[in-house]
Amino acid sequence: MDFLIPNQLNYPVLSTLIFLPLVGALIIFFIRNETGAKVWTLAVSTVTFLLSLPLYIYFDPSTHKYQFGEHAPWIPLFKVNYTLGVDGISLLLVLLSTLLIPICVLCSWRYIGKRVREFHFCLLLMETACVGVFSALDFVLFYIFWEAMLVPMYLLIAVWGGPDKVYASIKFFIYTMVGGVFLLVAMIALFLKTGTFSIPELMTHSYSLSFQIWIFLAMAFPFAIKVPMAPFHTWLPAAHVEAPTAGSVLLASVLLKMGTYGFVRFCLPITPEASLYFAPLMLWISIISIVYGGYVALGQTDMKRLIAYSSVAHMGFVTLGTFVFNKNGIEGAILQMINHGVTTGALFLCVGIIYERSHSRQIMDNAGIGKIMPAYVGFLGFFSLSSMAFPGTNSFVGELLVLIGAFSGALFYGVLTIPGVILAAAYMLRLLQKIAWGGKGNPTFVDLNLREWVYLIPLAIFVLWIGLAPTPFLEVMHASVDHLIAQVQAAKAVALIP
Amino acid sequence: METIYSIRPLVAILIASVASLLIMATRNRPNLRETWSVLGALATCLTVVSMTPWILAGKYVEITPFVILPGISMKFRVDALGILFGTIASFLWILVSFYNIGYMRSLNEHAQTRYYFCFAVAIVGAVGVAFSGNLFTLYLFYELITIFTYPLVAHHQDEESYEGARKYMVYLTGTAKGFFLPAIILTYILAGTLDFAPSGVVQGIFPADANPTLVTVTYILYLAGFAKAAIMPFHNWLPSAMVAPTPVSALLHAVAVVKAGVFCVSRVMLSVFGLEVLDRLFLGIPTAYAAGFTIVLASVIALTKDDLKARLAYSTVSQLSYVIIGVSLLTPTAVTGGLLHIANHAFSKITLFMCAGAIYVALHTKKISEMGGIGRVMPFTLAAFGIASLSMIGVPLVCGFVSKWYMIRGAMEGHHTVFLLVFLASTILNTGYFIPILTKAFFEPPGAALEHLHHGSGHTAGRLHEAPIAMVVPLVLTAIASVIMGIYPDYFLNIVKAVFR
Repeated sequence: MDFLIPNQLNYPVLSTLIFLPLVGALIIFFIRNETGAKVWTLAVSTVTFLLSLPLYIYFDPSTHKYQFGEHAPWIPLFKVNYTLGVDGISLLLVLLSTLLIPICVLCSWRYIGKRVREFHFCLLLMETACVGVFSALDFVLFYIFWEAMLVPMYLLIAVWGGPDKVYASIKFFIYTMVGGVFLLVAMIALFLKTGTFSIPELMTHSYSLSFQIWIFLAMAFPFAIKVPMAPFHTWLPAAHVEAPTAGSVLLASVLLKMGTYGFVRFCLPITPEASLYFAPLMLWISIISIVYGGYVALGQTDMKRLIAYSSVAHMGFVTLGTFVFNKNGIEGAILQMINHGVTTGALFLCVGIIYERSHSRQIMDNAGIGKIMPAYVGFLGFFSLSSMAFPGTNSFVGELLVLIGAFSGALFYGVLTIPGVILAAAYMLRLLQKIAWGGKGNPTFVDLNLREWVYLIPLAIFVLWIGLAPTPFLEVMHASVDHLIAQVQAAKAVALIP
Repeated sequence: METIYSIRPLVAILIASVASLLIMATRNRPNLRETWSVLGALATCLTVVSMTPWILAGKYVEITPFVILPGISMKFRVDALGILFGTIASFLWILVSFYNIGYMRSLNEHAQTRYYFCFAVAIVGAVGVAFSGNLFTLYLFYELITIFTYPLVAHHQDEESYEGARKYMVYLTGTAKGFFLPAIILTYILAGTLDFAPSGVVQGIFPADANPTLVTVTYILYLAGFAKAAIMPFHNWLPSAMVAPTPVSALLHAVAVVKAGVFCVSRVMLSVFGLEVLDRLFLGIPTAYAAGFTIVLASVIALTKDDLKARLAYSTVSQLSYVIIGVSLLTPTAVTGGLLHIANHAFSKITLFMCAGAIYVALHTKKISEMGGIGRVMPFTLAAFGIASLSMIGVPLVCGFVSKWYMIRGAMEGHHTVFLLVFLASTILNTGYFIPILTKAFFEPPGAALEHLHHGSGHTAGRLHEAPIAMVVPLVLTAIASVIMGIYPDYFLNIVKAVFR
């Protein structure tokens, strides 16, 4: 257990973050009126967020070990343990998840008209699963949370979704489920080989290259679906378009991160040689995702679809940074996960806001509102700039790190991403231009109300904060990323010996 | 070299930013809104000028508000080059603020708040570019200018302006992201820092053992990335941007935006590569050839344009390359001439554009062919136009002469006959496209514009018909400034000479 630093706080912080929403979710069904259920969910998720802040405050950035650790035997027969802990890689993702749930509650305040209690039940269930995925250190535990996330997300799309919700939700379910099966196979194969489910212990074993290659493929497949990397991305636009605003936000901001987190947490340290072996392939797929996602986004007429394809491109940068195997690249990738969560989440919120007014996501139905909703267009413009990696915003720092990593690690691959960078500016500015000026505009639209200001402001703050002073966000990951690179480098050294 | 740690560079930028926010906040009270614009311009300019004595004493002013990564930070560092551009941008903003009021109110333009707001932010960008202490900050403000001048170019919101603005955006953002950004990344990888060279212009930031091929590639990427400098073939956005209201063309497309471009080129050549590296890798002269080509070709195109603003736009393209040619000859005299031309061209070209705007407001014409005899009804405007034209041509006693003098001396010292010929050809071409306007305005019988005026408003021949006083005064002042700077070039010359200290 030398990889785990036991929790020093006076309450089991990670367990609280996982089970408080779960308990809160169950209580919802005992609340009779619907407003009460909303207020209750908001309260529970806000308290959860506040309880997650000590994670950052008491986090020790000088060690790569897993902190706030909790360990208890669970199924001794199969050596399955209940092990939780966060390190520099997962810390920010946990915080991002807890931050976004209250925002999702706020953005659904009026949007959700039917089955309000069940909707909020699903939201809180999502929180449990998300925090669980990012803090689980036992493969079985991870797998349970991974699959648990599927059900509330499926329901969010299938019950509260748009006209084509059945198709979209089934597609989402099948893609993720099939991926999950491969993850299960990888997990069992690793257990049979090593006799442990503990993720940190799995990293310490060394496996033959052929075994690693199979394990890598079995793990990379579900992760690539989740990211999503082209050509496994087709479920994403469908799911995004049909999902309610809160569903899109969670999908983009948290769920996609599980894929890239999986690459960093599992593929790189457990199968380092296979990761090196497949790195060129992964880089190529990343570049294809970046350029293809951007190109397709340029042609969209539906706002949500446009942002969904931009997600494919942005997540391409994350996988690109991951597979160049240097510090700038991986730190940029992790930061870019957070950035994408903040920015794309905010953009989906913006689409939700305009959808509540026009009941259409088509760009041309909402065009020309620059003078009618100036504050809204201001926010949309601000987050669009962030999305196209305007210097001084969060995405620029992340993208710069990834590109520095790519240029110094693999110059050729770095150069190939540049068209994607230009495309990002093109599709975001096109969207912005059309929305602000592209038509007459419907004069009955009202500008942002207080509730909408409240949930956009925190995200705007993070955009500028990470953009101008990213040190607080980067310093927590230095030790963990150094350790990760050391693990991969060690494998490289072994691989070079004939 | 002594470095002073002061918040004044930041203050200058913050004043302009606050002014832009106040403009937004007082959108329902036009008089107050325009007051903020003028006051913001005055305060920014005073703050910038207040740093000049330090610079002339050979010191630097520095402040680092944020550190992003090791070697990458948000950093302002004012040196002679920065103060030169900062002074020009903020000083001319004052005059154009008055001119704006006259222009926008006479024509009853729509969306005036947006206009003033974006104008102010563009100046924030220009001052920010001037005071940037590293490439990251430079990139930030460079892009800021691009984004916030888009609404100004597309101000009329019709098909033509959308088309022009789209071209503007595609050229400027495309090159900035496609070439400038990779160049920054390569610089970081090669040099480990994005900060400008701390000591003068000779030594760059690249280590001596840096791969020369990569350094050369980086240099070419920079040149292509600064499309604002309008070196051919990246010049085409500038004529398209002329769909903007004339004050925008005056301050932004003759001064702030395009000068930000040539300023960035000069900055990168002097403070990132350094004269020594440029000389060693033979990068200076090819750049000068590209610039020389631009000078001649743009002047020839200018000859063919009947639209006054289009002619001025191509004249701008050609004159911008003077700055680049001056810097890329790499001798102190030529560099002095090039940098001085940033100031001289700014004052003269803004006069020309303001005259074009005044003619449009008074007579509603843009076509040179219709301008017969207008000198008799708009003598002040056309006199200012004449003075500024002489400066463009490079006639003694007007400021354009001074910078050309230095550049020609620089070319002769380096025995660059080709560039002497370029300067000579350009002078002839400049004469060719400016003097006919003046002869038409003063010596030819009344043209279509005047005919229209006489019929339309019952205006009798021989009476003056100038634009509003708020427009005429600024353009007369800049014309006078052009003359003063021609006779006493010391103010800007001393600043430029401080670059080499």
